[in-house]
Amino acid sequence: MQSRSLEIGVGLFLLAGLLALLLLALRVSGLSAASSGDTYKLYAHFDNIAGLTVRAKVTMAGVTIGKVTAIDLDHDSYTGRVTMEVEKRVDNLPVDSTASILTAGLLGEKYIGISVGGEEDVLTADSVIHDTQSSLVLEDLIGKFLINSVNKESK
Amino acid sequence: MRKSSPLERIRLLGRSGIDVVQALGRSSLFLLSSLFGRSGLSNGGQLLIRQLYFVGVLSLPIIVVAGLFIGMVLALQGFNILSSYGSEQAVGQMVALTLLRELGPVVTGLLFAGRAGSALTAEIGNMKSTEQLSSLEMIGVDPLKYIIAPRLWAGFISMPLLATIFSVVGIWGGAMVAVDWLGVYEGSFWSNMQNSVQFTEDVLNGVIKSIVFAFVVTWIAVFQGYDCEPTSEGISSATTKTVVYASLAVLGLDFILTALMFGDL
Repeated sequence: MQSRSLEIGVGLFLLAGLLALLLLALRVSGLSAASSGDTYKLYAHFDNIAGLTVRAKVTMAGVTIGKVTAIDLDHDSYTGRVTMEVEKRVDNLPVDSTASILTAGLLGEKYIGISVGGEEDVLTADSVIHDTQSSLVLEDLIGKFLINSVNKESK
Repeated sequence: MRKSSPLERIRLLGRSGIDVVQALGRSSLFLLSSLFGRSGLSNGGQLLIRQLYFVGVLSLPIIVVAGLFIGMVLALQGFNILSSYGSEQAVGQMVALTLLRELGPVVTGLLFAGRAGSALTAEIGNMKSTEQLSSLEMIGVDPLKYIIAPRLWAGFISMPLLATIFSVVGIWGGAMVAVDWLGVYEGSFWSNMQNSVQFTEDVLNGVIKSIVFAFVVTWIAVFQGYDCEPTSEGISSATTKTVVYASLAVLGLDFILTALMFGDL
């Protein structure tokens, strides 16, 4: 009888451990079947990707439709090439859509926002988005502002 | 030769070096022969289940209470700091990442060394001093198979489970403080957490850490008990050594594992 209660205790312990792992997977890390669903790759070239990181989200109209999977430097054009995985259910992006690097809040993380174009042809797997808008770099803006104000004073 | 002469000091240094290497060699042989030698767990899960109960189930209360309070404190401190930047929604992300990557495995390892590790050392040391181990050998039962192997496996199995439970309870405690008491919006608390926590990189790396800690802590505890002087002083010093060595090993290994998993070293 004592060994039976011992076994029940151990069984409950093992169950609690596995349940905890399941909770971490589903509730904490948001792992779900939908998020690992079918995706296709899109590329975009940016003059400056400053601050964008791998795993940043790709959104459209504020809805997350994919994520950034790789960032590297394009050898010929000296631009930053961003590889995105976009969910298959969004298969109707016009070819002249615009990809912009945006910032969540004033100091939040960078993400990619896609604005829809007007063409009838749609982007397919491994297409490149040509119309892009680079990351806003505060240092550049402040630098330009300072140079402008110095120029005005010297005139 | 005078005791404090330089040559004598060098001899003592050499002696202690040889002792350390011998202990390492003995403990490695001991581990290999308990896990893979003639031993194993051929004579059933009954021994393992008994040890799982003593090592795992009886450690649950301390793990749950510690996890709950650590999660609650993390949420309080995180809220205090983050609210001065107006980003108190990130408190969920902070609590979850801190617990999953670091505090879950490390604190569980330290508590496990104190609660289960010291008990294992004392129990095996006591068996040795009352000559139970040699009696087993006399009647033809391998003590490594009958006494050591089930305790080793029980430690390896139960600590990752305890660390996972610790993290879940901690996150729940953090949510209770941040959402219910401090008024962080529940939706942004959980969605911020889900956006930043990656299953493979954060959750699984934490589990891998706890498996490594389980291995080291249980190994140290069982070996110290098996290798101790069979006297009451010997047992008490072996128990102290278990807690000290195991805690230092957990902290040192944590740095190495963190550097390998999350750092760019």
